[in-house]
Amino acid sequence: MKNLFLVLMLCVPTFACAGEAQDLADDPVIEVRMIKLAEKVRCLVCQSEPVSTSHSDWSNDVRAIMRDKMKAGATDQEIMDLLVERFGKSVLFDPPVDKETMPLWLAPFALLFVGLGFLLMQLRKRKTQVMDSTLTAEQSQRAADLLNSKDTQ
Amino acid sequence: MMRFILPLVLFLGLSWFLFQGLGRDTREVPSPLVGKAAPAFVLPTLHDETKKFSPADMQGKVWLLNVWASWCGACKDEHPILMALSKQNLVPIVGLDYKDKRADGEATLAKAGDPYTLTIADADGKVGFDYGVYGVPETYVIDKHGVIAYKLIGAVSSQNLSEKILPLVAQLQAQP
Repeated sequence: MKNLFLVLMLCVPTFACAGEAQDLADDPVIEVRMIKLAEKVRCLVCQSEPVSTSHSDWSNDVRAIMRDKMKAGATDQEIMDLLVERFGKSVLFDPPVDKETMPLWLAPFALLFVGLGFLLMQLRKRKTQVMDSTLTAEQSQRAADLLNSKDTQ
Repeated sequence: MMRFILPLVLFLGLSWFLFQGLGRDTREVPSPLVGKAAPAFVLPTLHDETKKFSPADMQGKVWLLNVWASWCGACKDEHPILMALSKQNLVPIVGLDYKDKRADGEATLAKAGDPYTLTIADADGKVGFDYGVYGVPETYVIDKHGVIAYKLIGAVSSQNLSEKILPLVAQLQAQP
């Protein structure tokens, strides 16, 4: 009885089979093109994930719309423009350099220049603080004696 | 003296900057649609499929377009506020039932109450996409000329209603 149960239990895994995820597009060329484009689009629901890998409902919709538009013959640029028109530039992972995004692009350089200026100022200040002092013959003799002395204590 | 003041000023500046960021919701993306004409569409109403609605029907009125769905949790939070608002008769509220089953949408309104002047059904979410909807609920304030004046992402609260939406509605209603 126990052995029969064991045999039955061992049979269970044979019923387990993983189904392959359905490829949603009928056209694999469009699917590849769509995924490539979707990699450049931010999922607004999950923020740091691209639409290409996100499973959110919104991303599914965006991918479906991309597919439809591609089938209708839209170029990648047209699709991107369509998305930016509705959701703003924040959907782009690589935002364009323009008037609105200029502060973001320039801020690191501005900070670098401020830092460099500050450093230069400090260095110049320090230069004036270091006193030029030449040692007298007596002082240099003493210094040499100290350096040469074998007494290390 | 300068040695103390400069770091202090820098510190306060940075603190202010970071403090500003604290209360900010990064999910709130400024909509590029604000200031533009509300996208045109024709959709059937939720209660009667044969009746159609188009934003052009609201020409000359300031109105709210509230995107909701029966499956949306935050919509239940804003529901009582919308109910109270509808009783005040200040502004027409058009509900857009987004990516929802007709029966589910109707059941929700029948059970919880219907704050909407009119409800339209956007079953496939195409109109929602045109309006840049990515998180329900969302609320649009649309002026007399059909231009989107404001977009709220997330639930209407008594705070953003009294501080932002209602003053804006009053201001737009006063305009010709």
